[in-house]
Amino acid sequence: MENKRKYVIPGDLVTTGPFRPEQNVILEGKKIISTSIGISEIYDDSVRVIPLTGKYIPKIDDLVIGKVLSHTSLSWELDINSCYVGFLPAQDVFGRDFSAHADELSSKLKTGDLVAARIANFDRTRDPLITISDRDLGKIDSGSLVKISPSKVPRLIGKRGSMIQMIEQATNAAVTIGQNGWVVISCESPEGLLKAKKAIQMVNEKAHVANLTDQVKEMLESKGES
Amino acid sequence: MGGREATMVLLDENGIRCDGRKIDETRKITIKAGVLKNADGSAYIEFGDNKILVGIFGPRDVHPKHMSDTDTGILRVRYHMEPFSVTERKRPAPSRREIEISKVIKEALEPAVMLEKFPRTAVDVFIEVLQADGGTRCAALAAASVALADAGIPMRDMVAACASGKVADTIVLDVNNEEDQAGQADMPVGYMPNLEKITLLQLDGVLTPEEYKKCVDVGVNGCKLVYEIQKKALTDKYFGNGKD
Repeated sequence: MENKRKYVIPGDLVTTGPFRPEQNVILEGKKIISTSIGISEIYDDSVRVIPLTGKYIPKIDDLVIGKVLSHTSLSWELDINSCYVGFLPAQDVFGRDFSAHADELSSKLKTGDLVAARIANFDRTRDPLITISDRDLGKIDSGSLVKISPSKVPRLIGKRGSMIQMIEQATNAAVTIGQNGWVVISCESPEGLLKAKKAIQMVNEKAHVANLTDQVKEMLESKGES
Repeated sequence: MGGREATMVLLDENGIRCDGRKIDETRKITIKAGVLKNADGSAYIEFGDNKILVGIFGPRDVHPKHMSDTDTGILRVRYHMEPFSVTERKRPAPSRREIEISKVIKEALEPAVMLEKFPRTAVDVFIEVLQADGGTRCAALAAASVALADAGIPMRDMVAACASGKVADTIVLDVNNEEDQAGQADMPVGYMPNLEKITLLQLDGVLTPEEYKKCVDVGVNGCKLVYEIQKKALTDKYFGNGKD
């Protein structure tokens, strides 16, 4: 389906014609212009640029990993590696019958704790509202945090999860990828953990390389034998 | 700089300037993107003997909070010259001139940067002039634009910049320090090459209307040359040698 992939920088013409501008492109008269450094893709009727650099901008329904910064008597504030702080209301954790007098927020989440969360709501007027009331969400008790560039998250996941599945299978680790570029790896064996960490960092550094999947595979296998 | 121009030939009879360039030639320009690790985006430019380093932070929280704007992000630019950037030690405190240049660079970048995507945040641009040799504002603007792109800040277009001027009654491209001191006019131009819009235009000196038009045209052409170098800097960093 996809065709005409092109490297673009801001201001570059991606295409002209009746296409729908999506991510990181703007319509200027009849021209569709890229607004960031990246790879342009033209699908059936839409155009977008996959950025190669930039900060994480929250999107509704994204899975992110956050770090508790502070709390008030009603909510927590989480660092989600973005220009905005994540806002986690206490009702989300304690349930409907939360009372500010009876419940102590720090009993559930303390400053510095890592949390897997989902962006519940975000618009330009308010800080992103996040939730942890879902399966697989909530406080992360164990594992190792790796920080990568948010723009390289899609590369780490790979086509239909191919890259991350390969890393998980080869190292026997469980990897939680936050769309904000924070990744938590948990693994029983220390070697597996190290190897998974190395593989993820390799993806981060060599995201633009064409046959990266093979290179990562090679690295994973070679270390396994030695 | 008093009686120096009497001994210096700014433009000889063959149309060669004091540093050996032709009238429509820029100095040697090299730009490198992403030179700093801790900044979100950065660039280093060598524009003749100018050496300028630019670092970008952002979008990030605005401090002090009252400066933030609920409708849009804000751009803050600091242009600063190192004490050792000129022949005689420059006091490091921001001078009147540096405050002005910070302002004009900010206003030259604003039309390109899509700040409305990040309400309540700030993008900080720090420009450090390591060595100055005339035309630093243009060089700084060109480098700032590359650094913003490197930081992944959405932009409608790159901003290229180059100066033109009048030296020995001739309109020339990219005036250097000597020509600036002894010449008749100096015109920095900032230009968005794809949108074909001018974002910075200053003029120091006197030009006739015809000369003015020619000077703008020459400046814009210079910007197009600079744009190719900016493009190359970004392509080199992000796409390596593998072209398309």
